[in-house]
Amino acid sequence: MTKKLKIVVLAKQVPDTRNVGKNAMKEDGTVNRAALPAIFNPEDMNALEQALRLKDSHPGSVVLLLTMGPARAAEIIREGYYRGADGGVLLTDRKFAGADTLATSYALAMALKKMQPDIIIAGRQAIDGDTAQVGPQVAEKLSLPQVTYAEDIVGFEKNRLVVKRRLERGVESVRTPLPVVITVHATAPECRPRNAKQLMRFKHARTLTEEQDNEHNSYLPLVSPESLRIPEWSVADVGGEESHYGLSGSPTKVKKIENIVFQAKESKRLTSSFEEIDMLMSELISSHTIG
Amino acid sequence: MDNIIIYIETEGGKISDVSLELLTKGRTLAGELSCKLEALIIGSSVEQHTQELFSYGAETVYIAQDKRLEHYLTLPYSAITIDLFKKERPQIALFGATSIGRDLAPRVSSALVSGLTADCTSLEIGDHKEVKSGKEYRNLLYQIRPAFGGNIIATIINPDCRPQMATVREGVMKKEPLKTPVKGVVKVIETKDIIKPEDFVVEIIERHIEERKIDIKGSPIIIAGGFGVGSKENFNLLYELASVLGAEVGASRAAVDAGFAEGARQIGQTGITVRPKLYIAAGISGQIQHTAGMDQSAMIISINSDPNAPIHQIADYAIIGDMNEIIPRMIKSYKLNSK
Ligand SMILES: Cc1cc2nc3c(=O)[nH]c(=O)nc-3n(C[C@H](O)[C@H](O)[C@H](O)COP(=O)(O)OP(=O)(O)OC[C@H]3O[C@@H](n4cnc5c(N)ncnc54)[C@H](O)[C@@H]3O)c2cc1C
Repeated sequence: MTKKLKIVVLAKQVPDTRNVGKNAMKEDGTVNRAALPAIFNPEDMNALEQALRLKDSHPGSVVLLLTMGPARAAEIIREGYYRGADGGVLLTDRKFAGADTLATSYALAMALKKMQPDIIIAGRQAIDGDTAQVGPQVAEKLSLPQVTYAEDIVGFEKNRLVVKRRLERGVESVRTPLPVVITVHATAPECRPRNAKQLMRFKHARTLTEEQDNEHNSYLPLVSPESLRIPEWSVADVGGEESHYGLSGSPTKVKKIENIVFQAKESKRLTSSFEEIDMLMSELISSHTIG
Repeated sequence: MDNIIIYIETEGGKISDVSLELLTKGRTLAGELSCKLEALIIGSSVEQHTQELFSYGAETVYIAQDKRLEHYLTLPYSAITIDLFKKERPQIALFGATSIGRDLAPRVSSALVSGLTADCTSLEIGDHKEVKSGKEYRNLLYQIRPAFGGNIIATIINPDCRPQMATVREGVMKKEPLKTPVKGVVKVIETKDIIKPEDFVVEIIERHIEERKIDIKGSPIIIAGGFGVGSKENFNLLYELASVLGAEVGASRAAVDAGFAEGARQIGQTGITVRPKLYIAAGISGQIQHTAGMDQSAMIISINSDPNAPIHQIADYAIIGDMNEIIPRMIKSYKLNSK
């Protein structure tokens, strides 16, 4: 007998920091963050694939996405639909602004309490911060076990889920009861491509905010049918302590930000002498290009 | 109260290097703060390590020993750590940015509602003045780390919550034992009182060593070798440089065809396209089919003995010479300068 699972995938819209090409550089050699395209965080894609595989092997299961971000992060829910998910929620509120990983985890945990999933799957980390903290912190906030760095969610064995984990020097298989929080590693299989039928069907899925904005987007149909409405939840919808959200719920503060200056175009020629190589390496270290 | 606690990891019966590096750094921080340096070690038989911890300056070693704790498990390990931090109230707690540290530290920080900064490359003590309230803080831990894919360096602080927690990667800080070990004390943690049977709901069923798949696309630094590298053995130089810089190794098609590197590493028109923040091309001539896959990299360093090789024209730094001499010099210089 296979069970029907309710799976929630945590996904984040991030600037594509891995593809900082020369055209995303400013005159002063620093990165123009605004010029980076917003993408579906890569490891969250791996997480989505694991969820969809569970749905394939457990017919009748539901895969939902949960994302926190500004209005345009609704794109994450649409992308999920295109690849086979059944829907999702955009968690969006000015009160979330300035959240560090702890305040983010609190907000996600409050929404998850409302969604009541059997399995929560997230990417290991987001490429804009690389902290890998949100998964474990969500698990702690919900008092659930966590299985990090999953490479393969193998399947059920006596009502327990077997997960293969990728560690620094090898792999480990664990067995966990549900509900559980799983974070997925980049070495897990890539996400399946968009499905053309799903794309046609869900490209008009909209949040209310997007619909109200529609006068600026004349190429979109004016009102999407109720079934294509992407729900938006605010602090009022998920409840909890206001002081735990956003900036006030964030113990860490950014004191200083230093932009890294990448080299200007002009090419320098060096010989192979140790002195010249040493100078280059010191320069790379002090500009934080390496080290 | 108000001390520094380092979480000590063991691996194969030995203390991990990163833990000893953190103790070394912890000594400096404790000196500046005039507080004690302490260590927490959890496992099935870990008391054998206390002498070594004393020789790295730990004045108190907290030991949690239990045969059920032979392998790391999130729930019991975090229960012990949280319990100790609640009782001892350290001002700073440091963990290795390993698969264990990055699993444990966020769980602990969430339970204690204290801030955590991942993968710090530098830790310093400093003051802070809150702009809005004018409130002044003394002796905070500056947690310095690259962010945004390595495009910015951020200094993070936790003004109000304790402990101030951070993880640090192996190899980032220097490791140095004391000439004379401190006369420390051992404090045994009664695990029975802290861990509950439910903490063992996740069971390990198997563990083994297995090579990681190659992931070039995700790497911010790529060291690529071409036909000019000369042999599969010479490619080891590139792996060595990659391992000290935390980079991946790529290859030209000619190097792949010659059997110097796996096909999964091929960069270019018929391989993968990459845009790392740093691309080092060694022994690669720079044919268009290769450069099509890498010319958008933020910074390019070319190493080629032929001053007229086309790769030099797209490089920010062109090093003319033999890669067999140049790569070892880069490794040597990095090791000299990075700490
Ligand atoms: C349809 C098509 C698709 C292709 N796709 C790709 C592709 O995806 N990727 C790709 O890489 N190529 C591709 N190629 C092949 C490409 O045209 C070149 O042949 C190839 O890139 C050359 O590789 P190389 O630079 O390593 O070798 P070479 O061109 O042989 O260059 C070797 C270089 O090493 C230098 N050298 C020698 N000894 C030393 C030393 N000791 N120290 C320093 N430098 C030294 C030499 O000066 C020389 O410049 C493709 C070709 C075709 C036709």
